[in-house]
Amino acid sequence: MTSTRIQHTIPALVVLAIAVVVAWLSFTQEPVEAFLFPRIISVFFVGLALWNAYRALAGLARVGGGISSTVALNVLPGLVVALVFVFLAATKLGFYVSGALTFLTIYTIYDPVPLSSLNGWVRRIVTTLVFMGVMYALFALLLQVQTPRGMFF
Amino acid sequence: MEFLGYFGGVFEPVAFMLLLGGTVGGLILGATPGLSPTMAVALLIPFTFQLSPTHGLILLGAAYTSTVAGGAVSAILLKIPGAPANIATALDGHEMAKQGEGARALHLSFLASGIGGVIGVMLLIFLTPVLAEWALAFGPSHLFWMAILGVTLIGSLDSKSFVKGLLSGCIGLWLATIGYDDNYGVPRFIFSDALTGGIHIIPALIGLFAIPQVMEMFAKGRNASAIEQVTVTKHKLSSSFREIAKSGRALSIGTVIGSIIGLIPGVGGQIAGLVAYDQTRKFSPHKAKFGTGHPEGVIAAESANNAMVGPSLVPLLTLSIPGSPTAAVLLGGLLIHGIFPGGDLFERHPEVIWTFINSMLLGQILMVVFGIWIAASAARIARAPMPIMAAAVLILAVFGSYSVQQSMGDVYIMLILGMTMYALEKFGFSAAPLVLGLILGDIAEDNFILGSRIADATDGSMIYFFGGTFNLVLVALVLGSVLYSFISNRAINDALPTNTKAEK
Repeated sequence: MTSTRIQHTIPALVVLAIAVVVAWLSFTQEPVEAFLFPRIISVFFVGLALWNAYRALAGLARVGGGISSTVALNVLPGLVVALVFVFLAATKLGFYVSGALTFLTIYTIYDPVPLSSLNGWVRRIVTTLVFMGVMYALFALLLQVQTPRGMFF
Repeated sequence: MEFLGYFGGVFEPVAFMLLLGGTVGGLILGATPGLSPTMAVALLIPFTFQLSPTHGLILLGAAYTSTVAGGAVSAILLKIPGAPANIATALDGHEMAKQGEGARALHLSFLASGIGGVIGVMLLIFLTPVLAEWALAFGPSHLFWMAILGVTLIGSLDSKSFVKGLLSGCIGLWLATIGYDDNYGVPRFIFSDALTGGIHIIPALIGLFAIPQVMEMFAKGRNASAIEQVTVTKHKLSSSFREIAKSGRALSIGTVIGSIIGLIPGVGGQIAGLVAYDQTRKFSPHKAKFGTGHPEGVIAAESANNAMVGPSLVPLLTLSIPGSPTAAVLLGGLLIHGIFPGGDLFERHPEVIWTFINSMLLGQILMVVFGIWIAASAARIARAPMPIMAAAVLILAVFGSYSVQQSMGDVYIMLILGMTMYALEKFGFSAAPLVLGLILGDIAEDNFILGSRIADATDGSMIYFFGGTFNLVLVALVLGSVLYSFISNRAINDALPTNTKAEK
């Protein structure tokens, strides 16, 4: 199996597994009336997922270039920062502090300016503070959204 | 001429300020590479919660109009289309910019966008009430088939892969059923506490459209800023006006094609721009100049993609079927403000809808004025560093999702849906049919249940859902859209070499 075929096969099988679970739940849960519409959808869902899986396994799936190792390595640091921000830092540290740290971290990771450049750091920190100031003005002052405060703010 | 009676609402101070803000903000967002109109409208929806439905829609409509036009800035100056609708603009626009004609190309693109846009909105004004009156005759079975038609049309037409487009639509329909069932009070597919209330449309829209673009920016790594620099020298506005007045052929082809494509549910501006560009080249005596920096290429593409905006709302407002992915997001915006599209929309909310449509008309003119004004500093806007955009969109997506119901569950759903969509997009799946399934799922199910109850009390489900001319026409359209997509995919497959084939 070529790497492209494997790449297409994995998501196709995941989608098929989800479709089967949805169909199984739709046809086994009660009352029947509440699951009538999901049952109809799940029949088409499983049918299309099977067709998609067959095409992937047969090497006929060509739309979508997949995820190369370079792309995966580039995406990974930003993704980890986003996950830590949403699932951990936002509620533990507070939305605004964790938001500022996330902004600064992502900017630093993907900024082509070398880390040794003092000007680069000044620009990153000033941009972060200005952006979070705008966010505070928009959400806290204008929209009056009560965000989780956590340890800080 | 009913619409003229509601023009005053657009000039109320708050409404006019929102129109101005939406237009200027939309132009800047559109000019920024990586921020599509669909994503911009999705990110703006949380800001409309505090506004009245009229004001909220004015903001969203202005953003929709101006982001499409603003996308021409990065297409012309950087050869990075701000939106898929601007792909054709980049072909000649960037060549003009490289030859020192960047300001001229920008002037022509905004003027052509404005003219195409005004004609498109006029079509919206005159066609919508006619279609709405016709839609009044629709019952639950017709509305059910309409919702299904919306999903199959976008699934078939807005996707490179026929099977993956429809599969995305199915996933969206299934996601719409998650949470407590409204009719029977039964929990369905609740795998986590965050899903108890179902999947709210706004966090889902933000996640599905914004997060994949953030990850796309991450994917470029640290070299994201390595883009070609083009300087913009001044150009006389009066000569641009004279030039556009002489470009009747490109302007009319672009406007007519954009308007027709906008009326077809699910097709969108990307196709409008490319088809108009191609047709203008075919009819032009200067065919060879296209692709080398020919102004007609820019005029045709931009008049088409903005002429598409107004007509794309005709099927949305009357039949709940959006004419483009951005219109699908706008449908979410309408629903959260309690505005349900349909035949009686102009009877239930005439002030909201007419003021909204009028604001789009005025917005086209403001877009030209501010677009030309912004053109002077366009190069700076278009070169906004990618890391800042990625971080800003991520933070805005998190804050925006949280603000909907002040719930972390919505933020988790937003991020998980966004990450999953990014991976699915890499394998040929498309966000637009999934979103439409999610939005139209409730409409389809509610009308299915209502129709089933009527059917039980009358002639049975088969006759109720498959009987009558309207039902048969709609079923034929559903099957026709699927069949058309299948056949066209097959034709492309036969025409292309093996390694570039489209997928059935």
